[in-house]
Amino acid sequence: MNLTLHVWRQKGPEDRGRLERYAARNIDPELSFLEMLDQLNGELIREGREPIVFDHDCREGICGACSQVINGEAHGPQAETTVCQLYMRQFQDGDEIYVEPWRARAFPVIKDLVVDRSALDRLIEAGGYISVGTGGVPDANAILVPGEAAETAMDAAECIGCGACVAACPNGSAMLFVAAKIAHLASLPQGRPEASRRVCSMTDAMGREGFGNCSNHYECEAACPKGISVKFIAQLNREYLKTLPKAATSKAP
Amino acid sequence: MQLTQLLRNSVGRKLIMAVSGLLVTGFVVSHLLGNLALFAGQEAFNLYAAQLQQLGPLLWLFRLGLAGTLLLHVFFGIWLTLQNRAAKPTGYAINRIRSTNLAAKTMVFTGMALLLFLIGHLLHFTFRRIGLPPELAHDAGGTLDVFDMVTLSFQQGFPVLLYAGAMLALFLHLGHGLGSALQTLGACNDKFLPGVRKGGFIVALALLLGYVSIPVLTFFGFVTP
Ligand code: HEM
Ligand code: FES
Repeated sequence: MNLTLHVWRQKGPEDRGRLERYAARNIDPELSFLEMLDQLNGELIREGREPIVFDHDCREGICGACSQVINGEAHGPQAETTVCQLYMRQFQDGDEIYVEPWRARAFPVIKDLVVDRSALDRLIEAGGYISVGTGGVPDANAILVPGEAAETAMDAAECIGCGACVAACPNGSAMLFVAAKIAHLASLPQGRPEASRRVCSMTDAMGREGFGNCSNHYECEAACPKGISVKFIAQLNREYLKTLPKAATSKAP
Repeated sequence: MQLTQLLRNSVGRKLIMAVSGLLVTGFVVSHLLGNLALFAGQEAFNLYAAQLQQLGPLLWLFRLGLAGTLLLHVFFGIWLTLQNRAAKPTGYAINRIRSTNLAAKTMVFTGMALLLFLIGHLLHFTFRRIGLPPELAHDAGGTLDVFDMVTLSFQQGFPVLLYAGAMLALFLHLGHGLGSALQTLGACNDKFLPGVRKGGFIVALALLLGYVSIPVLTFFGFVTP
């Protein structure tokens, strides 16, 4: 198949950037979207032009590195699929495809389709630690975890931190990402001791990092390659609410 | 940790939005229930209006509380919106909506429309400075018949259109706002999540129909002064 691509090219953080048009010819429908870009890059290199720079690592949908907005949708048109797992058979011969980087103030573009997502790492840092005993290997059932709690925590822990939620959110909010981390830890007994400190400091950090506020558009859930549910945002809100009685009675630090 | 953390924190500010929004919605619902007394006839409606006035200082306490709550809501609403705009400085060449809707995207505009309407509405029926029909008679003491005031006003086309438009804004604002507020208050889980969004729309629709019925039915002669 033959396609017309409009790809965001930006030389560096200071460059204004622009969409450029490319013809992708003889594309095998069995190629992944990234392999299609590899093929196009091969041609660009042979012609002595700059190849398109994009992020990728595992190429099997688990690392969260690939990050492209394809025709206005984070990770492209297929539900619950990362760009690396998106195959060209999802497109038709002759299609025009727009490829853009994640857009958010907290994610500045480094080059072309690559953005700086370290703001997400700093949110994780703000979450801090969980208290665990060190020393020998713990007994298998020393801490009992109810099956339902384990399931909830696992569902939340599916988040691969790709940032599609931020890219899709009209407010550039990282609420679904933070909610997944909060719910993952708060659902397990091991995460309870620091739960209240964690939810406050992670949500405080969202503002510092320049993420917007959640206004419940739910575009994040629709874009998430792992199908993380916005019910975790409600769980985050509940965790935050639980901290208020304590906050109300405590004195200034 | 202190309660001032509420103001610094994104979720805290959202909670203030949600609680203030729901409090004002509480008033909006009770105001409609009271106003529906119009359909019970002149005597019933005027009795309702007179009893409200008899609350005296209590009424003023309530009004001040409501105004304060609304101001809080407006202040935080505009602040949140400005922050959200700033957090998304560049959009995409192609925009595809997968989940959000018009109501959610226009909250700040429908909100401001409601504020403008509210000012007009107070000038109209509370302070009685605008929009009163010339044939409305004051009695010797300077008081007027509230039922006549409302029904005569709504025999004019322009106020009816204005009120209907404002109620459409209310429908959009609450159509997203009610579900959103419950989510912010953490009320959603697997079971409730789909229902909450729909439920918000249904309540907002009921409010739209209830409120719009007053000017429209009056205009078409179902309620006569
Ligand atoms: C009759 C008057 C009003 C009622 C009953 C009302 C009610 C509500 C409710 C229930 C919400 C949902 C809160 C949440 O999402 O957590 C909301 C949100 C909002 N309201 Fe109002 N509101 C009114 C007037 C206004 C006014 C005058 C403004 C002026 C700017 C405004 C701006 C907003 C904004 C921007 C939001 C969205 C907040 C967000 O998405 O995070 N509202 N409103
Ligand atoms: S490259 Fe790892 S998830 Fe796509």
